[in-house]
Amino acid sequence: MSTVCASCFNILVFVTLQQRDPMLKRDGFEDILEERRNSSDLKYALRCYAPVLYKGVTPCKANMLKNIVLQSDQLHYVINQVSQESGEAPDIIQEEASVILEEMAHRLQISTVRFFAFALSKAFKTLFQHVCVNEEGIQRLQQAIQEHPVVLLPSHRSYMDFLLMSYILYTYDLALPVIAAGMDFMGMKFVGEMLRMSGAFFIRRSFGGDKLYWAVFSEYVKTMLRNGFAPIEFFLEGTRSRTCKSLTPKLGLLNIVIEPFFKGEVFDVNLVPVSISYERILEESLYARELLGVPKPKESTSGLLKARRILSEDYGSIHVYFGQPVSVRSLAQGKVNRSTYNLFPRHIPRKPMEETQSFVNDTAYRIVRLQEDNMVLKPWVLMASLLLQNLEGLELSVLTEQTVWLRGLALSYAAFLDWPDHAPTAKVVSSSLALHRGLACVSGGRVSLVVGEPLGPVTPEEALFNRAVSVLSCASYRNQVLHVFLRPAMLAVAMHTAASSKKNEVYNCFSFLWDMFSNDFILCPGDIVQDFEEACYLLVKTGAVQMPQQDIVMTDIGQPTLSFFNGLLEPFLQGYQVVCRYLCEEASEGLTEKQYIPAVRSFAVKLILAGNLRCYEVLSSDMQKNALAALLRMDAVRKVKVADQVTLIVNKMAVNSIDDILGGKLPTQKALLARL
Amino acid sequence: GAPLLLNCGRRPPTADSATAADKTNPRGKHCLWLCFRVLSSCLEIFVLCPPLTSDSISTVLAAATITMTLTSTVCFPRQEIMKWNGWGYSDSKFLFNKKGQAEFTGKRYRLSGMVLPSLQDWFENTFGASVNHKSPPALNASAVPPASLNEAFVEDLKATGIPFSHEAEDRVFRAHGHCLHEIFALREGKKFERVPDMVVWPNCHNDVVKIVELACKHNVCLIPYGGGTSVTSALECPPEETRCIVSLDTSQMNRILWIDEKNLVAHVEAGIIGQDLERLLNESGYCTGHEPDSMEFSSLGGWVATRASGMKKNVYGNIEDLVIHIKVVTPRGVIEKSCQGPRMSTGPDIHHFILGSEGTLGVVTEVTMKIRPIPEYQKYGSVVFPNFEAGVACLREVAKQRCAPASIRLMDNEQFQFGHALKPQVSSIFTNFVEGLKKFYITKFKGFDPHQLVVATLLFEGDRERVLQHEKQVYDIAATFGGLAAGEDNGQRGYILTFVIAYLRDLGMDYYVVAESFETSVPWDRVLDLCRNVKERINRECKERGVQFQPLTSCRVTQTYDAGACVYFYFAFNYRGLADPVHTYERVEHAAREEILANGGSLSHHHGVGKLRKEWMKESISSLGVGMLQSVKDYVDPDNIFGNRNLL
Repeated sequence: MSTVCASCFNILVFVTLQQRDPMLKRDGFEDILEERRNSSDLKYALRCYAPVLYKGVTPCKANMLKNIVLQSDQLHYVINQVSQESGEAPDIIQEEASVILEEMAHRLQISTVRFFAFALSKAFKTLFQHVCVNEEGIQRLQQAIQEHPVVLLPSHRSYMDFLLMSYILYTYDLALPVIAAGMDFMGMKFVGEMLRMSGAFFIRRSFGGDKLYWAVFSEYVKTMLRNGFAPIEFFLEGTRSRTCKSLTPKLGLLNIVIEPFFKGEVFDVNLVPVSISYERILEESLYARELLGVPKPKESTSGLLKARRILSEDYGSIHVYFGQPVSVRSLAQGKVNRSTYNLFPRHIPRKPMEETQSFVNDTAYRIVRLQEDNMVLKPWVLMASLLLQNLEGLELSVLTEQTVWLRGLALSYAAFLDWPDHAPTAKVVSSSLALHRGLACVSGGRVSLVVGEPLGPVTPEEALFNRAVSVLSCASYRNQVLHVFLRPAMLAVAMHTAASSKKNEVYNCFSFLWDMFSNDFILCPGDIVQDFEEACYLLVKTGAVQMPQQDIVMTDIGQPTLSFFNGLLEPFLQGYQVVCRYLCEEASEGLTEKQYIPAVRSFAVKLILAGNLRCYEVLSSDMQKNALAALLRMDAVRKVKVADQVTLIVNKMAVNSIDDILGGKLPTQKALLARL
Repeated sequence: GAPLLLNCGRRPPTADSATAADKTNPRGKHCLWLCFRVLSSCLEIFVLCPPLTSDSISTVLAAATITMTLTSTVCFPRQEIMKWNGWGYSDSKFLFNKKGQAEFTGKRYRLSGMVLPSLQDWFENTFGASVNHKSPPALNASAVPPASLNEAFVEDLKATGIPFSHEAEDRVFRAHGHCLHEIFALREGKKFERVPDMVVWPNCHNDVVKIVELACKHNVCLIPYGGGTSVTSALECPPEETRCIVSLDTSQMNRILWIDEKNLVAHVEAGIIGQDLERLLNESGYCTGHEPDSMEFSSLGGWVATRASGMKKNVYGNIEDLVIHIKVVTPRGVIEKSCQGPRMSTGPDIHHFILGSEGTLGVVTEVTMKIRPIPEYQKYGSVVFPNFEAGVACLREVAKQRCAPASIRLMDNEQFQFGHALKPQVSSIFTNFVEGLKKFYITKFKGFDPHQLVVATLLFEGDRERVLQHEKQVYDIAATFGGLAAGEDNGQRGYILTFVIAYLRDLGMDYYVVAESFETSVPWDRVLDLCRNVKERINRECKERGVQFQPLTSCRVTQTYDAGACVYFYFAFNYRGLADPVHTYERVEHAAREEILANGGSLSHHHGVGKLRKEWMKESISSLGVGMLQSVKDYVDPDNIFGNRNLL
């Protein structure tokens, strides 16, 4: 792993480009709101809806579906098993299963969908300028639905996502999906039922050891999939990303929808990544507060009504990109030997084999990366990236100039940038600033972040908190562009911290960062060499770096690019360092997992107030959690369960050396040894 | 109870004359051939395919006496009555006549001489083919690589008096089985890379012992040849074989040596052909009941060597259930058991080293097998189901209740339609009317979709009362799965299809259509998934490989077992526009086999492995299993005298 030979490099670059090429040819968009603004919403909601289904299958009534599930061999097996273990009669367990299913099952009704179609048309028209959809993607989806069971995998940034998805599919006369939703929605009395009737089915957030629950749930999903009754939709990321970075994918549901293929119950399953990009996220400042430790408001109908306030604001446009359907069969070719399923009855639940698990994990990452690739970026995300590197503010002219520069860089890295055609740059910048006036303001020709209006006298902590909200909100826009720059940026940091320009050493630093940040960013397991080569290729291509012999060196014109990249990752490096420092210096012996986040937060607040730290992003619980996960993975911290509490045992030496490498004080090689 | 000595009728030439011939005309390679023309002064009359009187066969094969007059019997040239580049008898084939209607020539089969008015439409619609686009065989006889003879072996063989030949036609005829690529190559006049260098015709067990001894002495490669109906490339000569290859044709070992009525067994020479065996036994009031679809041409030795399965195995069992004793000549000597006990616990059954050994260990020379009195009564039947799922569920239930008739087969919709295309011209308005009424009843009144419905064909055997009782039981089960009895006629037609389908492939090849069949066995719960996935895979692979027309993929469940079923696939496509149709075909079949294995199907139910499916043996029986087989091979045949390289 330590040496990467030149020939290997060429091959890998070739492979990378080949893989990425189809994504570069992206489809154009159509605005579906345009028609809504010109014709009757009522007519639209009541129009004839007759979607084509999988291989001419007849639609299945919700009740019939429940019966199929309850009578399945799979469920019967588990019911008998649970009955034997608990001593309870099978009838009673069967009844329990029926109750679980009742609580879970969707009750898709076209009338409810029509209601939403009407209501959402009204809401979308007030909230958004455009809702843009790539129609070629819709056509591909329509084809896929007829040929194979389809699983829709949208990105998850907002509560809006799944209503929006159903709305779009209804608009294009496509089969409405059934959607896996978290149980928390069920708390919203009326709304929960409305969602259920528009195709949502509800699953408990955690049901770890509950065999029966798992059996009912997985059989329910598989039955729908096997028969192709409806496309299945769920969020690979598991929850809404509060940071606008893609989250590490969750594998449970993906395992369930892929298994019927391995067992030969379906010929293929098509996974369709869908990227939903919001120019302005409805929950923007809510997320920032949540990350700072203000608890998320419980989903309630009254809360939703209060949120009506947001109806008066302009949230720009939404872009929804339906990606190329990914055939599980093609992906699994040569990776999973399906015949290993031959020697075991298919209705008996089994833990997936290692081969399968790593395939599903790999697939999940690939899909999330496909989602990232087709996320539409607005000029503002570039501006936000620049503003965050200049927290004290920036001349408008400088910002404009740098935004143009950054646009060129982003485009050369194949970013999916939605930059208005034929508009003067100044206009683009000013309209972006106007839309996001809650985050940035221009005064005296300088652009700076807005800090929440102080109401009366504020404590230094409150001021800090307000500032942090705007930094984190702004960061959620920068985060949207990170996946484009991530690999070259990690290389830039690696070049900066490596002791020499030797390719080996730079690679070692790179792989350290790669490992360190693999909770924060979507880095496919095992892709480390490929990512390194991609980073080299991109930096060389844009002329920032040269690679004579076995060296990697900056070119004369590389300075702006490399320093921008260093600045881009700076908050992460600093944030992780703060966590390390806290664990080494402050953490007490019996630090519990629960105490960890508030403790790091107050440690950071202290540092900032004392003027020793300018990085607000470390206040984000997301970053704190990811840093801890990385340290746990690297064995620098261990979890020990004492009584009911999980305590963190810190290996101070290891944490300290990680801190040093992040700060560029220790060469990677030594650090890696120290870890051992 | 005295053992009977029976003979199938053809007498081979005496060995004396063979050697004499060779001596008198040593230079020409036609020496044997010509000499016997001269020597046989009178015409000999054979009954090659006498009247088929048994109930079991005559209903399927038409009763027709074919008396052929030949001027010579030497070389036993099968090619004179059988096609050298296609399936079956030369006189029987499908063709489109001048009016564009299909007909089946000859007199041997029930369909023979009949006009099949709907075949053309079906053919053109299914394959996008046209009767105007012909791809007739290139008629130049294929160029044959010169024989490389082992002179010392030939000398010693002459001394034994066993007849042999190195005639090109004889050699080519035995260089292949009936895989698509083999027949295609013959039709196109393509050269086989390697063919046997000579053919030898042993007359009895002792002849085989002599031949094998000489082969070992002179390091000659032997390839046993029975009926030549292999579809696994098992008869292909390994191109890398540098030794002289001798094809050992067992066709002259075709006698029933004795029948033991007390134990109901018969001792038979292994070269006997299925239909001859059945006919001869019938003369004594018995049958084996072993009726593989190839029984017109395949041999007893071939059945043993490939683990054959017969259509009526539900009553009589498969070949492994039928054999009581096997005699095999191997390079190490003769393998046989010491008694005919019906079952033994004497370690692993050595018969199971022989059954399915595919000619890699030796030559099966004599077999003692079970016989049964000819059943008193036979009745065909059929059931129509609304769809394939219902049909499979019914067969599963029949298997569960262990009440399967002698034969029960479920054809999918494609095959049902295909069967309909083979309906002969209706003779009277009345039958036409009845047919129409039936169709109306099933599709309109019962609501069956003609593009979904499937048909199961049944064959009951036994004493009359029991058959009727049994029939009722099966129809009752079928009714619970929505099945409707559809008459004897439809049932019988299904079985006719079995015998003529191989002829149809030749017709297809005349019009740019290639076709093949393959089979597997699979647990009950995976039958539907396997069928669907394999069909879909074939369709997909064809598309990806540039096949311009929708292929025909069809399957039927042909055998039921307690724990699963045998599934048989037909696959055909129009290859116009393809540069190398055989290669395309082979890649698709390969993919289909991978799909079968991935869906829990076996590598083969009864066709065997040959060289076609060798690559999957490790996966199928584990590398340890392959090692076990290899060690047997190494012990029995250390010099690889039986060098056809099948299986391992």
